Amino acid sequence: MKAFNYHSASSVKEATKLASSNSAYLSGGMTMIPSMKMRLANYKDVIDVKKIKDLHGIKVTSKSVVIGAATKHADVANSKEVQKAIPSLSSLASRIGDAQVRNRGTLGGSIANNDPTACYPSACLALNAIIHTSDRKIEAEKFFKGMFETALKKGELITAVEFQIPEKSHYFKFPNPASRYAMVGVYVAKHKSGVHVAITGAQSVVYREKNMEKALNDNFSASALNGISIDTSELNSDIHASAEYRASLILSSAKKAVEHCK
Amino acid sequence: MIGSKVERTEDKKFITGKGRYTADITLHGQSYAFFIRSPHARAKIKKVDIAKALKAPGVVSILTGEDIVKDKIGGLIAGWKIVSKDGTDMKLPAHPPLAHEQVNYVGDHVAVVIAESLEEAKNAAELVTVDYKVLKAVVNTADAMNSENIYDGIDKNLCFDWELGDKAKTDEAFSKADQIVEIKLTNNRLVPNAMEPRASIGDYNSSSDQLTLYTTSQNPHLTRLVISAFNGVHPEHKFRVVAPDVGGGFGSKIYPYAEDVVVAWAAKKIGRPVKWVCERTDSFLSDCHGRDHVTHAKLAVQKDGKVTGLHVDTIANLGGYGSLFATVTPTYLYAPLILGLYDIPTAYCNVKAVFTNTAPVDAYRGAGRPEATYLIERIMDQAARELGMDRAEFRKKNFITKFPHQQCLVHNIDSGDYNAHFNKALELADYKGFAKRKAESAAKGKLRGIGFSTYIEACGIAPSSVVMSIGAGVGLWESAEVRFNATGNISVFTGAHSHGQGHATTFAQIVSDKLGVPMENIDLVHGDTDKGPFGMGTYGSRSLAVGGSAITKACDKIIEKGKKVAAHMLEANPDEIEFKDGEFIVPNSNKKKTIGEIAFACYLPGTYGEIKSPLPEGVEPGLKETAFYDPINFSFPAGSHICEVEVDPDTGETKVVTYSCVDDFGNLINPMIVEGQVHGGLAQGIGQALYENAHYDETGQLVTASYMDYTMPRADNFPEFRIEYTCTPATSNPLGVKGCGEAGAIASPPCVMNAVIDAIGTDVSMPATSEKVWSALKNKTNSEKKVA
Ligand SMILES: Cc1cc2nc3c(=O)[nH]c(=O)nc-3n(C[C@H](O)[C@H](O)[C@H](O)COP(=O)(O)OP(=O)(O)OC[C@H]3O[C@@H](n4cnc5c(N)ncnc54)[C@H](O)[C@@H]3O)c2cc1C
Repeated sequence: MKAFNYHSASSVKEATKLASSNSAYLSGGMTMIPSMKMRLANYKDVIDVKKIKDLHGIKVTSKSVVIGAATKHADVANSKEVQKAIPSLSSLASRIGDAQVRNRGTLGGSIANNDPTACYPSACLALNAIIHTSDRKIEAEKFFKGMFETALKKGELITAVEFQIPEKSHYFKFPNPASRYAMVGVYVAKHKSGVHVAITGAQSVVYREKNMEKALNDNFSASALNGISIDTSELNSDIHASAEYRASLILSSAKKAVEHCK
Repeated sequence: MIGSKVERTEDKKFITGKGRYTADITLHGQSYAFFIRSPHARAKIKKVDIAKALKAPGVVSILTGEDIVKDKIGGLIAGWKIVSKDGTDMKLPAHPPLAHEQVNYVGDHVAVVIAESLEEAKNAAELVTVDYKVLKAVVNTADAMNSENIYDGIDKNLCFDWELGDKAKTDEAFSKADQIVEIKLTNNRLVPNAMEPRASIGDYNSSSDQLTLYTTSQNPHLTRLVISAFNGVHPEHKFRVVAPDVGGGFGSKIYPYAEDVVVAWAAKKIGRPVKWVCERTDSFLSDCHGRDHVTHAKLAVQKDGKVTGLHVDTIANLGGYGSLFATVTPTYLYAPLILGLYDIPTAYCNVKAVFTNTAPVDAYRGAGRPEATYLIERIMDQAARELGMDRAEFRKKNFITKFPHQQCLVHNIDSGDYNAHFNKALELADYKGFAKRKAESAAKGKLRGIGFSTYIEACGIAPSSVVMSIGAGVGLWESAEVRFNATGNISVFTGAHSHGQGHATTFAQIVSDKLGVPMENIDLVHGDTDKGPFGMGTYGSRSLAVGGSAITKACDKIIEKGKKVAAHMLEANPDEIEFKDGEFIVPNSNKKKTIGEIAFACYLPGTYGEIKSPLPEGVEPGLKETAFYDPINFSFPAGSHICEVEVDPDTGETKVVTYSCVDDFGNLINPMIVEGQVHGGLAQGIGQALYENAHYDETGQLVTASYMDYTMPRADNFPEFRIEYTCTPATSNPLGVKGCGEAGAIASPPCVMNAVIDAIGTDVSMPATSEKVWSALKNKTNSEKKVA
């Protein structure tokens, strides 16, 4: 790891003020520190945001669950309120990485990083999330731009994520056997306004599978997905799963997600 | 003590983080080494430019292949000579510790940067420019002989073309066979993945001309011997190698590596300690890998199910160079074992060992025996299926039943009872109830399969007269010294070196029983060439059978001397003295001396006032004995494993749902430690079958160079193991022990694969990942559709 200046910010304002063209926010550090150690990333200034009080906490209303950006996966997983309001969300958090990762990794870090195989981005799309930042509010649809790429501008800090509470939902994750990130993860949420099916792990960035949404809007059952063909041209292909295999996993995972919706 | 589940005395320190590993050592004035490695699988080195890097902050020295040549530092060696079937010696490329003209795999060592801190070394390394002429890499095992020659003078990339067995007789058996069963197998390449990455520190004292190397080694004496005699870094008597606590090795820490040689040489050159600690990705790239065979085998079978012959052709991938034990692993540690537990009258095995532009391959947990067992157990299953026989019955029909048994290839098996462990395993696994469990799985939409595997291994490696006659560069005896201190406690020195096996406990149990001294008064000293006698180290499940036997022999000598001293002190005849539970007794009298009293007397001889010297005339003072043990034969552990898998046909996901094993390891000294060894072996073997694979792409890049892509199995991948034993003591060593460290990794890959194939009804190769199983099922359905 190359030498850098470490700052610990105590407010959003202080953090954004410290930000420069050669700085990065440090949250759980589960992604950032390994990439710095491997010298894939170097910064002059590292701004720790974990001590910012406004970035912590979980607020549940009748319509939404708002989670602070620096809230750890373990806290989301163990929150009784989240478990009640959106059980699929706490369940997703409980299956990220291992105990050590869940006790450090955070929601904000996860979506800012936008790993194509990460779990939370699919929750954002399925649950119509609104990303709150130091400057504005961004709809999830417009947030995840491409592989490791988001709508965040330089120095913009995620403060919280607001998830819409669905009627029922489930996240089915087929883990990559090695990394245990999602090889395919399908998040199905049934809202009054319609069904969302968000898929992670399968393409260069999380996306919604509109064919499935259409079928499920007509008939919310696993059998409604029978015969849906999945275009393999955009699907990832690697040593763990070819595009064809991923397509089959998307279908079987989506069915399981629908079956388990509650 | 022997036979009881004594808790491991070393665990407290390991569990509480008080182990002392090489990386924990910091020396005064220490500098830090960082190795520049080849990013290419095969390339000529045109120029290494270090000028800019030398000026970088904190740089102490930068050494390259040219310096190795200048200083006449010898290359790394292959320690076992194999002779091809045409009578020519094996062919080996030069293996300089820092590449000089050519790099031969991704991760090959090009230069070392030594600096005041690791960060400065890495910063400077970024300024070193290496001009490569990249060449087409040879990667694939099966195609290596048809590819461009990697080395001048090594035609077809062939190290040797070796054979074992009677070809004419085997051909005849096939010409008379009722049925010939064929199989093609790939034994996937594995990365050993010791929990502790390799590390080494060189420390030179110019005042005493003493060089010390701290390193993560399974056998420090061998490391010292090789680095002295072959690399020529420093004379053996002025060279100390210390391997402190070692956190796993599985074979990968047997060999002195390029980094060991370079760090030792560099420390001497710059006159300061030089420390190197491997990072995980470098460990994936440059630790010796394991397995990597492609095999075509045929089995000759009679209608009644008797096997009459076996013919095997194997191509073994050695990687970019010939590593220390690389040539014996796919030959003498492999071919003699292809017969399994079966009475097969004739067999022939041809092994072609090839070089490729991949990391060197060497002995890894089981070394040759897992490959042999995979082959025989897969083909036995295939044969039973083709003959329409029950797979269990077919195996039993061919078991060796009389011992000693001279096999048609090499080994003379002293003892065993194969039906005993096989029948016990059938019960443990409830074979009878399988159909019901299969139906239950089917009701859940799952495919269930059952797999069998039996195995034999040659352990306790072993008789020097035998191994040296077939090419070993060293004998494989073991040494021990049992040293009483004057206060009655004992230091035991062994040439074996624990890297997780719990020797401090097991060996103390033996000494405690032999000499009647409580375990807490016995300390094991190992891993330091300046302390113990020359020894051959720990691998091949040999430490107990060979090293434990040396300790037993040394204890016997102690008792013998003790008897002489006791007889003198008790005014009796040495022949009448009996030794029991730590006491020397004159029978039918109340005259006795404890072994502690005898030890004390041995250290304080001479007349003292009224008391006359306790030592009889001609007996030397002191109480310590050294013994070297060279066994008369290998030991032959064997066992039967049975597992069941469940496959999800939608996703191909495969889960091992039950695993039962019954092993015959001869006598057990500490059944708890044995169970731990079986667990670890099973984890690695099941890992090979379902998860692990070192995958190189066609340009020779290792795609699985981190845990993001290399699937290390985790605890939740395994069921609760059911473990039982049978016992036929070994006759080749005084303890009657056979060795247990590798068995799990040997038996389990075919066991799991036979179960997977039984479940899905079609062939699939290791590792049977979910995608491969899914594709195999899909292809099967498609071809069935075509037939219909
Ligand atoms: C072994 C392992 C297994 C894992 N398994 C999974 C898995 O199964 N599923 C999964 O989804 N994830 C997984 N992860 C990722 C993990 O969940 C973390 O979410 C992720 O590493 C990033 O979170 P962090 O808080 O550690 O962020 P950091 O590492 O601190 O930061 C990551 C990036 O986000 C930026 N950032 C951080 N916070 C903010 C903010 N508030 N505003 C703007 N930018 C910010 C940083 O500058 C950096 O670029 C795994 C990680 C590891 C190490």
